[in-house]
Amino acid sequence: MQLDGKVPGGPIESRWERHKFESKLVNPANRRKLTVLVIGTGLAGASASAALGELGYNVLTFCIHDSPRRAHSIAAQGGINAAKNYRNDGDSVYRLFYDTVKGGDYRARESNVYRLAQVSADIIDQCVAQGVPFAREYGGLLDNRSFGGAQVSRTFYARGQTGQQLLIGAYQSMMRQVDAGTVKLFPQREMLDVVMVEGQARGVIMRNLVTGELEKWAGDAVLLATGGYGTVYYLSTNAVNSNVTAAWRAHKRGALFANPCFTQIHPTCIPVSGDHQSKLTLMSESLRNDGRVWVPKDARDPRPPQQIPEPERDYYLERRYPSFGNLVPRDVASRAAKLVCDEGLGVGDTGLAVYLDFADSIGRLGKDVIKQRYGNLFDMYQKITDDNPYQVPMRIFPAVHYTMGGLWVDYNLMSTIPGLHVLGEANFSDHGANRLGASALMQGLADGYFVIPNTLSHYLAGTSLPKVTAEHDAFAEAASNAQGQITRLLTVRGQKTPRELHRQLGRLVWDYVGMSRTAEGLRTALTEIPRLREEFWHNVSVPGEANNMNKNLEYAGRVADYLEFAELLARDALEREESCGGHFREEFQTPDNEAQRDDLQFAHAAAWEFTGVGQAPVRHVEPLQFDYVKPSQRSYK
Amino acid sequence: MSMNLTLRIWRQANPGTPGRLVEYAAQGISPDMSFLEMLDVVNEQLIRKGEEPVAFDSDCREGICGTCGCMVNGVAHGPDAAATVCQLHMRRFKNGDTITIEPWRAAAFPVVKDLVVDRSALDRIVRAGGYISMNVGAAPDANAMPVAKGLADEAFDAAACIQCGACVAACKNASAALFTAAKISHLNLLPQGQAERGRRAVAMVDQMDVEGFGACSNEGECEAVCPKEISISNIARMNREYLRARLVAR
Ligand SMILES: Cc1cc2nc3c(=O)[nH]c(=O)nc-3n(C[C@H](O)[C@H](O)[C@H](O)COP(=O)(O)OP(=O)(O)OC[C@H]3O[C@@H](n4cnc5c(N)ncnc54)[C@H](O)[C@@H]3O)c2cc1C
Ligand code: FES
Repeated sequence: MQLDGKVPGGPIESRWERHKFESKLVNPANRRKLTVLVIGTGLAGASASAALGELGYNVLTFCIHDSPRRAHSIAAQGGINAAKNYRNDGDSVYRLFYDTVKGGDYRARESNVYRLAQVSADIIDQCVAQGVPFAREYGGLLDNRSFGGAQVSRTFYARGQTGQQLLIGAYQSMMRQVDAGTVKLFPQREMLDVVMVEGQARGVIMRNLVTGELEKWAGDAVLLATGGYGTVYYLSTNAVNSNVTAAWRAHKRGALFANPCFTQIHPTCIPVSGDHQSKLTLMSESLRNDGRVWVPKDARDPRPPQQIPEPERDYYLERRYPSFGNLVPRDVASRAAKLVCDEGLGVGDTGLAVYLDFADSIGRLGKDVIKQRYGNLFDMYQKITDDNPYQVPMRIFPAVHYTMGGLWVDYNLMSTIPGLHVLGEANFSDHGANRLGASALMQGLADGYFVIPNTLSHYLAGTSLPKVTAEHDAFAEAASNAQGQITRLLTVRGQKTPRELHRQLGRLVWDYVGMSRTAEGLRTALTEIPRLREEFWHNVSVPGEANNMNKNLEYAGRVADYLEFAELLARDALEREESCGGHFREEFQTPDNEAQRDDLQFAHAAAWEFTGVGQAPVRHVEPLQFDYVKPSQRSYK
Repeated sequence: MSMNLTLRIWRQANPGTPGRLVEYAAQGISPDMSFLEMLDVVNEQLIRKGEEPVAFDSDCREGICGTCGCMVNGVAHGPDAAATVCQLHMRRFKNGDTITIEPWRAAAFPVVKDLVVDRSALDRIVRAGGYISMNVGAAPDANAMPVAKGLADEAFDAAACIQCGACVAACKNASAALFTAAKISHLNLLPQGQAERGRRAVAMVDQMDVEGFGACSNEGECEAVCPKEISISNIARMNREYLRARLVAR
């Protein structure tokens, strides 16, 4: 299969303008006759629904939550980037573009990243006009901070609730369209299949999570904005209902899945406390602006941290990366923490933690300033751990946080299935092998508010779309397929709960496809995952019925999909014989343990084609070209 | 270290069937568990026995999405101030305790199953006017309109609402005044929200009545349980905004 990214030509600065100009438009009077099915109401789905509703399309929007405003985007704390250069510190569209391509370790499409940087400023304008209460200075203008390894202050933030405030903005705009009648909202619906008619995505099968009924919805295009697959690791910072189900089912219908092995481990999370743990809590990495990371130099040091004198502490990030220090990118900081813990220097009961210490900043700035900056995070930490971080250093450890991989899309955000568009974290996106802090919110809103309204009109105006209703046979086939799986889940009547099996899967992928990977480990994963899948289908217990609310049934379906998806994750990691960004293969590292890319062989996106459960998938390649940002070894020394 | 507890949990198959409290033993509970992780453990045991687990809502499990919520010993979100039930930890309880767990109770929040209620009425209140009308593409530069920090902070305090519905559950009138007032305050305080100020207040307050929420009689129970500590002073502002709009309309 030839993967065509549909990237427009010409100088990078004018590609998006030109592309918009060359796009076909839908006559305003015709828009209401076109039905767009939007799956997901996170930043990507809610912003797309609002924007398309404003344009006058007939939008049907679905989500698994009881209210669209609860999507996982709500959890983002830190902020959103934009090339506004309000600080006069040398930022520009070009610099944001450059930082993002480099931060992604040269595995993203340049044109997409440039467009993202271009529309970033419009996002902030849009959100402020909607009433998003970004942090302000005393003069009443917007405040910024530097975030996630950036040397300019381009991050806009809303206390520790940036995601929540941005999502409320998008949700409210969408609700305005619901009021106007252009958007119809269907919460508590789970997408179980994409319906294909003559090679085009023309509908979806949704399970009503309250009544259990399978619903058939027909439309002219489908937009997937269903988020990332971080919960394949069981423990992650993602909300517990996050899933790969919608994306995976689309994959099984022919949408290629790109770069699943690009997963992000966030360095500053609260460590695991026991087997009961159901999720991990992120502590915003803005904490690294004022906190110093260290471990004792002596692995057996029994003293509480405050009593360990300076010379006996190893501030290993400052030591190894003198110019970036505690602010190195996430992948670098996470791996460094793992290295010191592997050497036995980790702290806490489990030895799987490092200190994040604010004593110096409190000494320098005073407790009040620290409280003002991080008060809510400190409170959250104390609530969970029962420790007071104003007095003792926090204990932190890396946790799975974000997934750069996702369904392959072209410049128009269309997958390899005509009509099926993918937005937000669900696509393989603009972050390459590693996402920089504060850029997922930017991408989700860029996709929804600014990109899709343009590219979708081009598709709708330029494609022959014969009338299709939910009476078409393809809907009955897809629904009976979905029903088949549900019935199968209910009839196993085994001994293990979906959670136990999910936990087991999580262990496997964390151990072998986690922060650092080897060919041997990946091969182990590739034999163990199918075995666990086999066990699942013989031994899962799903009591109750399908004809009403059955959360355990929903969960079991998601775990079943993860058991298929995890195999692809491991296979992609095995075939990518290089280290880049979040994908670290122990065989490929520099003498001082940094990731060693192989641009000759792997400067491409790997996009996988489904051939059957347990069958070897086919690997396709989209070569990546770097005409503007020349690949170099990333160095944060 | 680990605790044994007795749980009395509301079980109700669907909106049409009457529910009742059923007793369960929760054994070997670690004080480090969150309250919902404790419920996970109980559910795991039920599933292994082939029984239906207790249905309850949750998602972020860190107090920000507003999905979780139940009455713990009669208190919305349980005994901790400024916390959702997913943020409650078992170290708050003692070995041997009996804990009663019930869904939100309000006419406008019908029980769907067990601890899950239908809170869509809150979305409909937002739909009625909880937004600023502005199409994508029409926004001026973000710094074109300065907003005094004090005002911005006040609006933010109101915008921190997570729409969990605890305020309704705690109120003896099952009023949604705090929720609605928080949204009206957030938008009406900001300069961007001025153009629709009156219409918004009237539409949202009227919708609140249509949904069957009770009237506010200033009991303050809502503020006491609000996980985001939204101030009851917002309700006074809502009332002023509503009256002002009605007077202007006349
Ligand atoms: C703790 C945390 C903090 C973060 N902080 C930041 C930050 O500071 N800055 C930043 O830029 N990024 C941050 N991120 C990343 C960012 O929040 C996410 O990548 C982004 O919000 C994803 O948005 P989305 O719209 O793609 O998906 P989501 O917000 O995950 O929305 C997915 C939607 O799809 C629906 N859905 C899911 N599955 C189905 C299905 N099968 N059927 C139907 N509907 C379905 C859900 O109901 C939901 O509405 C953070 C992430 C986490 C976990
Ligand atoms: S589960 Fe999100 S607030 Fe409790």
